[in-house]
Amino acid sequence: MTEPADHDGPILEIDKLSISFFTRLREIPAVMDFTVHVQPGEAVGLVGESGCGKSTVALGVMRDLGKNGAIVGGSVKFKGRDMADLNDEELREIRGNEIAMIYQEPMASLNPAMKVGRQLMEVPMIHENVSQKEARKRALEVITDVRLPDPKRILDAYPHQLSGGQQQRIVIAMALMSKPSLLILDEPTTALDVTVEAAVVELVRDLGKKYGTSMLFISHNLGLVLETCDRICVMYSGEAVERGSIEDVFDHMQHPYTQALFRSIPLPGADKNSRPLIAIPGNFPLPHERPPGCNFGPRCNYFVEGICDKEETIPMIPVEGYERHESRCLRFEEIDWNAPLELAQTKTKGEIGRVVLKMDKLKKYYEVAANALFGSSGDLKVVKANESLSFEAHESETLAIVGESGCGKSTFAKVLMGLETATDGQILLDNRNIEQIPIEKRDTQTVADIQMVFQNPFDTLNPSMTVGRQIMRALEIFGIGASEADRRKRMLDLLDLVKLPREFADRMPRQLSGGQKQRVGIARAFAGDARIVVADEPVSALDVSVQAAVTDLLMEIQREHKTTLLFISHDLSIVRYLSDRVMVMYLGHVVELGTTDQVFSPPYHPYTEALLSAVPIADTKVEKQHIVLEGDIPSAMDPPSGCPFQTRCRWKSEVPGNLCETEVPPVRDMGDGHQVKCHLDDEIFKRMAPVIKIAAE
Amino acid sequence: MEPLSWTQIILNILFQFSPVWIALIVTFLVSIVYKRRLGLYGKLFDSTIGMIGFGLVMFWVYTAIFAGVFDLVYTHDPLSQVSGMKNKLPGEPLRSAEEGEYAYYLLGGDNLARDVFSRMVTGSWVVVQIAPLATLFAFMVGITLGLPAGFYGGRLDTFLSFLANLILAFPVILLFYLLVTPEIVQTGIPNYMAMVLFMFPIIFVTVLLNSRFYTRPTLRTPLLAAVLLVMFWIYLSVISAKGTVVSVLPSFLDLFDIPGGILVVFVSVVFVNSPTVFRIVRGLAMDIKTRDYVAAAQTRGEGRWYIMLWEILPNARGPLIVDFCLRIGYTTILLGTLGFFGLGLPPESPDWGSTINEGRKLLSIYPHPALPPAFALLSLVLGLNLLADGLREESLRD
Amino acid sequence: MGLFILRRLGVMLITALCLTFVVFFLTNLYPNLEKLAKTQGNFRMSDEAVESWLENRGHLQPMPVKYAQWLGVLPGFVNELQNGTVLGKCVKPGMEPDEIPRFCGVLQGDWGFSTVFREDVSEILATRLGLTGILMFWVMVLMVPSALIIGVLAGMREGSRADRSLSTVSILSTATPEYVSGVIFIALLASSRYGLGPLLNDWGLIEGNAPFKGTATSAMENPTFENFFLPVLTIALYGTGYIARMTRASMAEVMTAQYIRTARLKGATFRNIVLRHALRNALIAPFTVIMLQFPWLLNGVVIVETLFNYKGFGWTLVQAAGNNDIEMLLGVSVVSVFVVLATQLISDIGYVYLNPRIRIT
Repeated sequence: MTEPADHDGPILEIDKLSISFFTRLREIPAVMDFTVHVQPGEAVGLVGESGCGKSTVALGVMRDLGKNGAIVGGSVKFKGRDMADLNDEELREIRGNEIAMIYQEPMASLNPAMKVGRQLMEVPMIHENVSQKEARKRALEVITDVRLPDPKRILDAYPHQLSGGQQQRIVIAMALMSKPSLLILDEPTTALDVTVEAAVVELVRDLGKKYGTSMLFISHNLGLVLETCDRICVMYSGEAVERGSIEDVFDHMQHPYTQALFRSIPLPGADKNSRPLIAIPGNFPLPHERPPGCNFGPRCNYFVEGICDKEETIPMIPVEGYERHESRCLRFEEIDWNAPLELAQTKTKGEIGRVVLKMDKLKKYYEVAANALFGSSGDLKVVKANESLSFEAHESETLAIVGESGCGKSTFAKVLMGLETATDGQILLDNRNIEQIPIEKRDTQTVADIQMVFQNPFDTLNPSMTVGRQIMRALEIFGIGASEADRRKRMLDLLDLVKLPREFADRMPRQLSGGQKQRVGIARAFAGDARIVVADEPVSALDVSVQAAVTDLLMEIQREHKTTLLFISHDLSIVRYLSDRVMVMYLGHVVELGTTDQVFSPPYHPYTEALLSAVPIADTKVEKQHIVLEGDIPSAMDPPSGCPFQTRCRWKSEVPGNLCETEVPPVRDMGDGHQVKCHLDDEIFKRMAPVIKIAAE
Repeated sequence: MEPLSWTQIILNILFQFSPVWIALIVTFLVSIVYKRRLGLYGKLFDSTIGMIGFGLVMFWVYTAIFAGVFDLVYTHDPLSQVSGMKNKLPGEPLRSAEEGEYAYYLLGGDNLARDVFSRMVTGSWVVVQIAPLATLFAFMVGITLGLPAGFYGGRLDTFLSFLANLILAFPVILLFYLLVTPEIVQTGIPNYMAMVLFMFPIIFVTVLLNSRFYTRPTLRTPLLAAVLLVMFWIYLSVISAKGTVVSVLPSFLDLFDIPGGILVVFVSVVFVNSPTVFRIVRGLAMDIKTRDYVAAAQTRGEGRWYIMLWEILPNARGPLIVDFCLRIGYTTILLGTLGFFGLGLPPESPDWGSTINEGRKLLSIYPHPALPPAFALLSLVLGLNLLADGLREESLRD
Repeated sequence: MGLFILRRLGVMLITALCLTFVVFFLTNLYPNLEKLAKTQGNFRMSDEAVESWLENRGHLQPMPVKYAQWLGVLPGFVNELQNGTVLGKCVKPGMEPDEIPRFCGVLQGDWGFSTVFREDVSEILATRLGLTGILMFWVMVLMVPSALIIGVLAGMREGSRADRSLSTVSILSTATPEYVSGVIFIALLASSRYGLGPLLNDWGLIEGNAPFKGTATSAMENPTFENFFLPVLTIALYGTGYIARMTRASMAEVMTAQYIRTARLKGATFRNIVLRHALRNALIAPFTVIMLQFPWLLNGVVIVETLFNYKGFGWTLVQAAGNNDIEMLLGVSVVSVFVVLATQLISDIGYVYLNPRIRIT
């Protein structure tokens, strides 16, 4: 096969691509009339909510749609050659060699029973027939390129011996082995922690430049796309709805969906009371229930009957005055895109009341077997999941608990709920000690008072019980209602509270969408009029447009019921949006605690600073200080000595001697109850600059 | 009279089965018409494999019921010997058929001059009576022990798993040879084992109802009392039999007696099957207990048994239903094995294992007595396996 | 790793002790002893006679004591009758009183004396196990490769025609217990009057009237294809289907794994994907299954040896159990329990070896 070396057009031309999946009952169109061009060296972002067909596009390009999927229209041209004309042999030569792909779960993408080195070496050995030795040499080079420490050792490791971040770097290395001209990244960092994600994203960007690779970057995160791409294509329900350069789309959007999307994500400046998020009304249409005309029509603020719901496909229309900027909206020229946001009523802030919950030097240690598989004998290791947690939570207050995996936030929740008992310290609920009372021994009132909303909407409801039954069971357990009829009435009220139609009472959980399930979860938590609700990442598994609605619901219930909300999250944008106070945790320690303003402005704890810098923000006006943390989060089984953050801290050199490595820093009051656990001098704290700046327009 | 030709034999056999055909056709028509409303059972009719399996299983179930309850299908008494019919080939006419007596041995006679066809048909009744019920009991035992083992883990799990492995390490046949002998029946050990094993359904139902309704004592107490009364009566009737070591119930209250032979077969089959069910349930419980809805139940202060029986168990039903079908097949094979070694069931019993065992002695000269029960057993087990496969496939497809 | 094996061996020992005690308990129940007395003594013994017969031979000692004697941790039972004959556990026919050892249990290497075969248990076990070993060897040779190949071929392309037909074959074979397949094979292939034999003979394909023999007694001396293939096939058939289905399920699951997609998108050929990426991962599950199949294979051996009259270990088990030959039965159960537990250990070790994710450091 000869390669047209002189090809100078776009690397990838997807034209009017349509892809369908075929089930026993019907054909389900997953992608319709999708066009995008990727120029050499360009990075194009593909953004949309789950189910919009963005991953299907990627697999369509690779022609790997499985048994049920098929391309039913349009063409994909790679370097000017139509991929449909290629036979299996030619396709194989392109795959992995010219086009490489990286996707979400790094652990699942690597063969668990094959050493990393062999998996890497395979690529040049398949495509260029090079010798083992040569292949190994190249593997070493690439591993060094992806900035992995000790490349030789890593080559001889099995995937499970590496951390998540390292695995994803290996996947990237594998994709780069043959210096492809196009790299397709499908949510490459979704499974990673924020600080690790930041490092991986930086790596991808740098390597893309170094190798001159074009990129198709698929993500649901607008902020990430802003940081990595030159151009963006927004997808909705199988179609591209807007396409253009990052600046054009972010600052001069021309499609109502794009606008709605931006209004539903918490950007700096959004505030739960004065400038709340605006959720997109309605639900994502199922592929076989799409409306006539514009797919977004039923949820669109600018919908006009007779125009938007006419039985015809709407084409992509170029936006005048911009280069390569198109929108799939019939009315975009009539819409005043600069009209100020019409504010829903500004909400009054709930008055923060008395202290209801107080933690005092709470400690939780676990003993775990060093070797999980082979039983309990052998060495026991102590995992210090929580190390002296002290804080107070007030009535009507939202306290955010922020941290990445292994920071001990879930353990804390378990101890509070009574699923575990504390090792030391105390938890006071209305001045009563509850830290040693396991849930079975707590009285009904205490149990009903502290409830929890869980992370994964697909896991939070019992799949084999109707929604109504599950809420009624909670009522039964909390001893509410004298009869079944009573409870049923109360259950319907609760459905009203979370704004779900009453018919949902008789549905099974699988008939509900993720956001709806999460609402049922909230209704269940409030069944016994909970006073303290622990929300463990309640929206992180939801799509952005749904996130806003669910957060707002939580806020509203909080205002009405004066609930104390403990909001566990790793997403600083949402934390900044809704919390009154923030607690930052790292490896079981509280490293910073203060009001939202205190935590989000200097002086910072070095970890908070890095965390703030790592969070991608979908706003072109934001300038961030660039801080990338080295390495991964240490294991909680084997934490570093002294300060838990010392292995990754960029300020460590500013502390004299080896204080950081030997001593756990004291908790220091920076004024007004702002606490930081750090050895740094006051002088240095004063020098710290804000991480996020909003550039003046 | 002339012996029947093979075509005539087949036609006559097909005709004998006519009530079964009618029942099958009705079942299939009704099920296919309403399949969208019948949940997983209805979905079975989307899969060819599942339908074939279901058809085979129902064929034998209907045959068993028609033969065992309504005295249809079979042609002669399976135990009576007709002179001159010893080892006669299929289609042989009776020497002197009386008025109203079926004039042929459709599948020939065995070495005691009994009708092979009738024995095969009535043999299915033995299997259909014992296998599903024994499997059900094994599931009750496995679930009642497996759920806490998987849910609590720790010492309890180690201990129960050790016991389960202990039984599993026993070669089944050795166990049968030790348990299913007249001497052992004499000692009363099977009765004691039955006392223990049959306790499990009662424990299971009690805990099931109590954990669900303890918040509503006005409903719980009468419900539980009624259910327990009935179950205890049945329990006592089952374990107590005159003349054995356990004779606790006066005979006017004793609903039925189970012959010692059958009881010991039943008990040992349950005993052999339970550890495997235990292991499956334990594994499923360990998996499901990490789900958030289990945590949600815990955080609202639900009891342990409620969580195990109402939160975990219903969500483990898919794999359990599939395994239930497979296990009935396995139990059928075990019953055959027992019959094959002449253990437990009375020697003249028409069950398939015993018939195969008798037929094999003259196998290379007269294969016709051994083959029909062999194929019958084969087709029933095959049907159950296909049914399980179809169910598994359809439950995954959602 | 060493510690792990040591612990497993400990568990094995406890399991073996428990199981042998159960066997000991069941075989030594009074009705069984009564039967023993009557078969050894005479059938018309009175109840008192039975009792004194048992008493004299130490059968009426407490169960744990007898068990300990059998194990060899307590001195063997000795009883000198009034007429001067010495009876006891350790007494062998023709032994002088002063030659009798104090201990004679399993620990001393004395497995007792078989009342049915009139021979030392250890000797019977050795010869019988040897015969069964040959049978099992051929079963393995036939079963494992064919099952794995069927499973891999079927699971490699899930839903294809090859998959469907191979899966049907394996389901069919798992639905055929040994006593059914054996009977069918004999009727079909080993009968000189029916089945394929006469037909093949007519066509001149075989010399005799049947291609195979319906009994494997002669195979004990001289195994040939003719007398040995049917028993081997009969045992292998059931297991083949089972392992093939496991392999297929495991293979089909692996083929949908993300890393297989990685390999495909790397440009690897289908052959390469199957051989280098899928196979090792797909064989982890069936490996454990093959090993855990042993208890069931033991069943198959018992049935087939009975059916084909091959006097190996399984046949011995039936004879011993049918006649309440206590010490023989104990020997048999020790061996079978040992085989089962050893295969479990091998399966665990092999699992660790095949699956690098749980390699112990």
